[in-house]
Formats: sequence, structure tokens, C-alpha cells
Amino acid sequence: MADLSINFAGIKSPNPFWIASGPPSNTAYQSHRAFEAGWGGIVWKTIGDPIVNVSSRYSALNLGGQRMVGFNNIELISDRSPETNFREIKEVKDRWPNHAVIASLMVDTRERWHEFVKRSADCGADGIELNFGCPHGMCERGMGSAVGQNPDVAETIVGWVMEATEIPVIVKLTPNITNVVYAARAAKRAGADAISLINTINSITNVNLDTLTPEPAVRGLSSHGGYCGPAVKPIALNMVQSCAADPEVNLPISGIGGIGNWRDAAEFLALGSLSLQVCTAVMHYGFRIVEDMNEGLSDYLDSKGYKSVADFSGAAVKSLSDWQYLDLNYKRVARIDYDKCIGCNLCYIACEDGAHQCIDLVDSAPYGLGPGRVPGKPVPKVREEDCVGCNLCSIVCPVDDCITMVEIETGRERFSWNDYQTRLAKGEMEPLPAHP
Amino acid sequence: MPIQPLLDAETAARNMAEKQPRYSPQEALIEANRCLFCFDAPCIMACPTGIDIPSFIKKIANENPTGSARTILTANVLGASCARVCPTEVLCEGACVVLDLEGDPVKIGRLQRYATDYVFDHHIDVLHAPAKKNGKRVAILGAGPAGLGCAAELAQLGYEVTVFDKKKEGGGLNTYGIAYYKMPPQISLDEVKMIERLGVKFHYGVEIGQDLTMAELEKNYDAIFLALGLGGANRLGIPGEDLLEVVDALEFIEWIHTKPLHEVPVGRRVAVLGCGNTAIDAVSQAKRLGADLATIIYRRGADDMPAYGFEYELAKNDGATFHFHTIPTEVLAENGHVKALRLAKTETREGKVQIIPGSEWTEEFDLVLKAVGQEKQSRAFEKLFPGLKLDRKGRVEHNPETMATSVPKLFVGGDCANGGREVVNAVAEGKKAARGINALLTKQKVTGPVQPSRHGTKDGALGSGFNHPIRVPELLAAMNS
Repeated sequence: MADLSINFAGIKSPNPFWIASGPPSNTAYQSHRAFEAGWGGIVWKTIGDPIVNVSSRYSALNLGGQRMVGFNNIELISDRSPETNFREIKEVKDRWPNHAVIASLMVDTRERWHEFVKRSADCGADGIELNFGCPHGMCERGMGSAVGQNPDVAETIVGWVMEATEIPVIVKLTPNITNVVYAARAAKRAGADAISLINTINSITNVNLDTLTPEPAVRGLSSHGGYCGPAVKPIALNMVQSCAADPEVNLPISGIGGIGNWRDAAEFLALGSLSLQVCTAVMHYGFRIVEDMNEGLSDYLDSKGYKSVADFSGAAVKSLSDWQYLDLNYKRVARIDYDKCIGCNLCYIACEDGAHQCIDLVDSAPYGLGPGRVPGKPVPKVREEDCVGCNLCSIVCPVDDCITMVEIETGRERFSWNDYQTRLAKGEMEPLPAHP
Repeated sequence: MPIQPLLDAETAARNMAEKQPRYSPQEALIEANRCLFCFDAPCIMACPTGIDIPSFIKKIANENPTGSARTILTANVLGASCARVCPTEVLCEGACVVLDLEGDPVKIGRLQRYATDYVFDHHIDVLHAPAKKNGKRVAILGAGPAGLGCAAELAQLGYEVTVFDKKKEGGGLNTYGIAYYKMPPQISLDEVKMIERLGVKFHYGVEIGQDLTMAELEKNYDAIFLALGLGGANRLGIPGEDLLEVVDALEFIEWIHTKPLHEVPVGRRVAVLGCGNTAIDAVSQAKRLGADLATIIYRRGADDMPAYGFEYELAKNDGATFHFHTIPTEVLAENGHVKALRLAKTETREGKVQIIPGSEWTEEFDLVLKAVGQEKQSRAFEKLFPGLKLDRKGRVEHNPETMATSVPKLFVGGDCANGGREVVNAVAEGKKAARGINALLTKQKVTGPVQPSRHGTKDGALGSGFNHPIRVPELLAAMNS
């Protein structure tokens, strides 16, 4: 059995799965339930000077009958008093000494930061997460993403926190920024112990076409919200990997953004995360989803021979590079398995209208009765000499393993754009002809 | 004893309710999202009216039920009734690729019902006739599915169309002859009203040849479409056949559609002779209306029955019983009413059914329904239209592309042309005839709209069921060969 426990910048957790700062981490009651269900840690809903929330706070993107593919909120930080929050953190820590409890903080002045950092340590929190990402409400008051979007300001505030803290400090980064790596570097320069990302993305999920008001509507008016859930995973993975690969950042990463199961978790770990934070999936299904996360991740690590989460973390970081280093001489083409083909012809029309016009509909005679249920119906056939190997047909094909992308041996050596430009500059070759 | 109604109104209504409830919007959305939106989809090839099925389902998935109904009704004006009565298992759903993928096809019929119900419920007309007519007049004889298919298409092409029917209301077998639990008659009547709103005139209670002479028709109309269907039930040729309680199964079904359900007389013990789909409709409805026993009597075996397998299963689930390899030899009476059937076992020798000598027995029945096929109206047609050519089976000969007959300006469609097929075939033939008439009168060819699910083919549309429909038995035969 692989060791799922982690030591994240000094914060110990029995597994890498933490409840992210948000509605599920609002109270001691929820924390007890989360830990009973099997979560390893909890990042408390952001504590600050109490705010007042609106009624009507969430909205969602549904897709093809699937609910909550994306999720949006205009809820602010905790509306409970700091006293209540710190008291409940202590209560949770007393009951769950071996689990990670992290206080998420958001205040304004240096003095207030000092005060809240100290109170966090006093109540027994294992660490602090600085909320520099909340994209609505708080930023208008000079906090949240207003801080995270300005690396200099972020650096200053992290500096204030580091002056006062005795426990590890995680800086939570906003994705609403041109390049998240600059914010991560600022956190590093200021002495932060770790970073977590991504916070939510500015969003409007949809417009009610009867009222012409976006949801969540608050008496006829809505507000830009923060977007999260399964749909943001690719964006989060991209940013996590960017930070993990940057030699100047070099900090432990807590991955956040659309994690809902062990596969998502494994991908975030592979791209450089060490702990994982989950909110939307819990808001959809409850704390019980962690059972399969733990089991699935453990089985996966075992099946691949990894001894621990730390052992696995970052395993895929180096599999990404800049485009200029990719091999221009690599070639793959689509192959259709006619025993599996059901004759929907989605590959044909996708290639024909949406890609590179290298699938034909041809007489089915050489394929026996042909695929699908209509004998004699024309079958899709890839013109391999014209196939650019774009993958589109294999992506749209509804049948598993029906269209596979097969590597073709070109016999030519690795040759990147970078190599090309170098050799061109040296006059070693002529420019390649443009695609017809 | 004369037969009488057996159930109270509430029980009868419950037993005869539509067998599948309507999809809720969410159910429709989930089912619509199962559709892969195939390019050149097999379901279209299997639909005799060539409905662009992937497009109408996509529109349901996109929460555009009006557009969905427009796609359906443009191709098949009786899309609402076909959604309920089509044998989708051997047509669109039988060809669906999701059947291969998941073992369960997209429920095309129920989705079609969802979309068409939506526009009927909301009183949205998706079809329109041009305000300016082209000055041509067409008479349509018969207000059944073929006549309606032809009338709607002609009206949309700018013709002045008049439909004549001997019944009190339009719709033909759709109104009078469909199992009630598949479709209540109101659906068909709503379709007739929709076609009326296209400007088509209907004259009911008209017996062609008596109330309306051929001379009048020829004088007043530029073309005539013949869609009078089939005649009454075939004769059994056995003693006692003319007793009061020996009834044409279609007539029994018509009672169900013209009387309140709790006033339909039913026998306690009902025999249905024959084992086609009409026999199934009759036996199931007899059982649902309270018969203690409802039995199919069929001279051949279960493997030979013309009824679809899923219809057979339905009848068994309704509690119907089956006497295979059995033939009636006499209807026995008591006090002038049906008392029993004299039955005999049969065997098939060299393809011919023969009575096994000495196998006869008597079984009590008080209602006998004949579902042994309908007569052709050959003689009536020959009298009405001198020179009209009929084929060996009594069907009106016609050009399959234009539906033109051997008589100038006379076109034909539906059961009298095809010998008795599905509603959807009749609608398609009516539509083809309308285009044939249009080609004759205007020298212009009309083709269907290009299906959006096919846009982009270099070689044009590959196959629409409107031209060459395929059926599951044909698919299976080809696959097994």
C-alpha cells in the first residue's frame, strides 16, 4: 500500500485531500463530518472582518443534461466572527490532532495581518493560507484578487505575514492574471512556504433569457462571480504545471480547480501538486466522495509502483515543454477499427468540416457488410497520406478504441522548430515548403 | 346473450390510457442527449418520410421544441400520430447506431411525440401555406393518412385542396382504427385541424360515386388523388359467419373510438381470428375493456405470425391467450347469438394449411372478431375509374416515384396502392403523389429540404428513407446473409 500521508511545507496530513476554503469548510460541524468521511485536511473558510452576504449566491453551467459542469459563486468570505471561527478551529484541532487544519485569512492592514496570523497559531491551526484570489466583493475593498493581481502588493503583504508567523504560510493565487508565475515568484521572494492555486475565475455562467439577468440574480441585478468546478480543471492544471516547472518558484503546491475524483487528483499530483483541495465536488455530492479518492489514488500508486504521494508528485512536470522543442518529424495517423465502428460518421464530418479533409466516405464492399446497422452504407476511410494526425476524429468517435492514433515511423531524426530556426540561421537548409 | 359493456368509466379509461407517458422536459433532454447526431444517419434511411431525426433531436437537446416539431412536421405532417403508432423497433430505432453502442436505441418515437405535443399544446403552427394560391385545384378522395399527407403538401405548394371522406370525421384509420392505448383519436383529429388551418377543405359523409360523381370531379379539379384504403374484412366462408356477434376487428376498434369507452360492448369470452397487428390491437383492447378471456386463433404457428414480436409480447402482457395451428370451422349460435366456435387443429403441408381430421372441438365464445385481412376495393375502383390498372393482388398500379396511375391525372397512395402498410408509408406516398401532381401540373420538381445533418457532403445526400426506406428485417437479413 502506497503511503498517502504528506508533509506539505511542514503541515502533516494523513492524505493529500483537503477541503478547500469555501462553504464546506465554514464550521466545526462540517469539519468533523469531513474528517469522519476521510478527508486529510481542511482549509477554513476565509476569516476576516465579518462581512454581510447576499441571498442568491450560486449559479451553474449545465451541459448536455449534466449538472454543474461549471459552478459560480458571489458569496464572500466567512460571515461569522473571527472569535467564533478561531474557537471552532481549536475545537476541531483538539478532536483531530493528526489532521491538517489551515486558517484562510484575508484582512487589510499590516497590524490586522499580524493579529490574525497570531490568533491562527494560538488556536492550533497547522498553517495559514492567504486568500489573494477571491475575485468578487473583497477585491473592491482592496483585498482578495486586488492583492493577487499585483505581485508587488502581494509580496509586501506576504512579507507582513512572514514577520509574524510561527506556522507555515501558503499563498493562494488568483488565475485572473496574465501569468500566474509572476505572482508565485512574488510569494517566493517574500518568503512564503507554499502556494495553492487556482482560486476561482471571473465569470458569468449564463443569462436568463426571459429576465435578461444573469444568475445568480439578486433583485434583478447580478455580479461577476468566481468560476470553478470540472470545467476549470484544464486551466488549473496548466497553471499548476507552470508554477511547478518554474525554477524560481520552487515551492510546494496545493492544487485546486475542478478536482472531483482520484483521476483528477492523480493528474494534479503528476503536474507538481503535493496536496489537493476540493470544494465544488463536495458542494455537489457531499463529503463522502473522498472515499473513492483515497482508494483510487492508493490503487493507482500501487499499480504504478510509487511508494508515496511525495514519490509521485511532479512525475509529469517534465513531460511538458515549450512548443518550439516538439519534434516536427513525429507522425501519427488515424486508424479505424471496422469491427468496432457503428457507422455514425462523426469522424467523417468532423474531419471534413472541422479539420483537414482526409477522411472519405467510400464503398463499403471491401469491408464486408460494413460497420453499423445498414449494410452497404458508405464507410469512413482515412487517407493516411493526407492525415495530419490531429486527433480530432479519435476525439469525436463515441466508441472506445475504435479510432486509434498510430505512430508512423518516418525514419527522420528529431527536428524541432528550434532546430529549424537554428539551421536556417546558419544557412544549413532552405525554408520548408508551406502546406498546400 | 347479446354482448354489453363490462367496465365503469374510470376503470375503462385507466386500462386504455396511453401505454407510455409523455416525457417531461428533463426526461426529453436526457434522452435527446443520448443521440450522437450522426452524419448521414441510418435512422433517416429507415424513416419512410425521411425525417431529419438527428436534427429534430438536437433541437430538443437545445431546448428548441418548436424548431424540433418544425423539422418533424415539414417531413411528415402526421408526425404526432407516427410518433405513437410507428413500429419504431423495425424502423428508425431499429437502425439507430446507439443500439449497437449500448444495446438500447435512442427513443426516437417518444422524443418525436415530445416535440409534436409541444406545438399542439401551445397552439403553435409550424407549417404555413402561401397566401397566394397557384390557381390549381386538387380533389383528394379519402381523409386517411395518405390523403392528409398529400393534402398538406399540396396546400403548402399553393394548391386549393378539397378532401372527401365518407366518415363523419377525418384521419381515417388514425382516427378510427388505432389501438386506443397507442393513440387516443383526439391526436388524429388535432392533426386534421392543423391541415384545415393550411386552407384544406374537408367534406365528410360523402360516398364517392354516389354523392360525388366522377364527372363532377373531372370538371372541377385539375388532378385527383385516390386514397380510399381497403374494404371490409375478408369473408371466413364458414357457417354462422353472419351472426350479430361476428364482427370485423376494425369495426370493433371503431366502436372504441366513437363511443365512450365504458359504453363499448365487449364479450366475456372473445375470439380474435388472425394474428396480424390488427388482431393484436383487437385482442389487447378486448382484454383491457374487461373480457374474461381474449384469445387469438391462428391457423399457423407463432413463428409465422405477421404481427411484430413486440406486439405479440404486449398482447401476452395484457393477458391475451393464443391458439396456434387452430382454425374455426363453424360459428355456433344459441337464441340467435354467438355461443361458441367449432375449432380444429391444423398442420402445414407443403406450405398449405390443412385441418387434421378428427381434431375438432367446441369452445365457448360470445364475441368473434375477424382480423383476417381486409378486402381490396378492386371492383369499386374499376367501376369508378374505367381503365384503371390493378395488379394481381388488387392493388392500384402506380409509378413509385410520382404515384401516377394508368388513368390520366389520377394519382394513388396509401393502403389501396400498397395493399396495407404503416401509417408512415401512407403519409410518404401521399407526399410523393403531391409532388407528382405538382410536377404534372407545373412542370416543376420539388425536393425535400437538404437535411442539416448532411450539410457538407461532396456527393449529396447519401440516403433518405423517403426514397428508399430500409427496415430492420431487411437489415437483419442482409447481416445474416
